[in-house]
Amino acid sequence: MQASSVEIRKVNKFYGPFHALKDVDLNILPGKVTCLIGPSGSGKSTLLRCINFLEEYDSGEIRIDGQMMGYDAPGRKMSGRKLREMRRSIGMVFQQFNLWPHMTARENVAEGLIRVRGMGKAEAHERASAALTKVGLADKMENHPLRLSGGQQQRVAIARAIAMEPRLMLFDEPTSALDPELVGEVLNVMKTLAAEGMTMVVVTHEMGFAAHVADQVAFMEKGELVGVDTPDRILHQPADPRIQSFLRTYHERNSF
Amino acid sequence: MFSFPVFLESFWPLIWAARYTLLISVLGIGLGLVIGALICAARLSPYAALRRFAAVWVSFLRGVPLLVQLLVFYYTLPVIGLDVPATVAAVVTVGICASAYISEIWRGAIAALPKGQSEAALAIGMTPRDVWTRVVLPQAVTLSLPALINELILLVKASSLVSVVGILEITRASQAQAATTFRPLEVYIAAACIYLAINLCLAALGRYLEHRTAV
Ligand SMILES: Nc1ncnc2c1ncn2[C@@H]1O[C@H](COP(=O)(O)OP(=O)(O)OP(=O)(O)O)[C@@H](O)[C@H]1O
Ligand SMILES: [Mg+2]
Repeated sequence: MQASSVEIRKVNKFYGPFHALKDVDLNILPGKVTCLIGPSGSGKSTLLRCINFLEEYDSGEIRIDGQMMGYDAPGRKMSGRKLREMRRSIGMVFQQFNLWPHMTARENVAEGLIRVRGMGKAEAHERASAALTKVGLADKMENHPLRLSGGQQQRVAIARAIAMEPRLMLFDEPTSALDPELVGEVLNVMKTLAAEGMTMVVVTHEMGFAAHVADQVAFMEKGELVGVDTPDRILHQPADPRIQSFLRTYHERNSF
Repeated sequence: MFSFPVFLESFWPLIWAARYTLLISVLGIGLGLVIGALICAARLSPYAALRRFAAVWVSFLRGVPLLVQLLVFYYTLPVIGLDVPATVAAVVTVGICASAYISEIWRGAIAALPKGQSEAALAIGMTPRDVWTRVVLPQAVTLSLPALINELILLVKASSLVSVVGILEITRASQAQAATTFRPLEVYIAAACIYLAINLCLAALGRYLEHRTAV
């Protein structure tokens, strides 16, 4: 598999007067898994959404395989066509799944292949079937999303992304909307993707996943990227008091 | 006293007159759907002038009673030298009036879709046009069906107003009949039954569509 690299340099983002991302720097190597953690409102989703330009950053650079995302040059936005070209190789998975309810699971996956890749319907449906089989949903292809469990819906959403053969996958809290017993099936699919060498950026509150699957963990607070290091050094021996305090709260909430 | 035979007899002329009621409401909603779509598109367009025009259109038509709109339109036509049949004037007025409500129904349905629906499409590289035709519109149309049927039911009732421009629909036909038979009670109850029957059918159609498109 071809995997992308992402370089984030001094990225700033404002919502009106609110400074949502402050000089964020982050390097993501091809085939590596980066987990983004941090308290609510710290800017994790904002940063993730800047990577595929669903959110526009105001200054700095985000480069995917060396190519600047969203801008031709600082301050000059790229054309819609070029932006779509770049987005084709970036998959995104949302907390709320965002499947299209008027299409079956298979149609959800095939839609992008037909509209974006220009594939014929038969070929697209064949590929969609393969992608759904890969996430363990061979028997659910004709179901509409609302007839699927949350875990199954999220796996369809992952299939929809990987069917496009992306070189980079973005996950925004993919398991946060799921009942606890359904989290595992989604994390397992993600682990398989990671093992295949996909570059992945994962916003998550699943510290177990971050500890075992991530190559690096980045901690954000108040729009700043406070620290980035190996999972062990961030999660088990953090130097920064802000990370220590975040993890303490996390452990307190998850112990009983 | 209430006479049952008179009541039954008054049905036939009124059912015959119901064709105008149906013609005006169905063509009216058809025209309203087309103009309503254009107004809704204008309302959501990036051009401020179009948005303002659509907003004025909607608030004007919602702020003036249909009866007054009918009279204004009907008496304006000869002034500007247009000689159209009363039925055409009625359909156009009803359609224009309905367009204001229908454009709002569609705007509401589009706004009710979660933003994530189109974001998921943009994220895989779909064009804005495909996002509209494949993701937003199919869902918005489904969402708006119950409100559109409701609007059609309102139009069937409002079509009684076109009697003022001389169209012999159910209401005017029953007035005429009441005047000649001197049995207003039987005639108007018959008219009420016909309106009720039409609208119960439409309500059933609405429930069927809602049920069929529910996912
Ligand atoms: N569209 C917006 N307009 C204004 N402010 C916004 C917008 N989106 C996000 N924000 C603000 O930016 C900050 C960062 O938001 P973001 O969603 O990135 O946080 P997060 O780290 O993903 O939090 P969570 O864990 O709750 O998802 C928050 O304070 C939020 O209120
Ligand atoms: Mg978030």
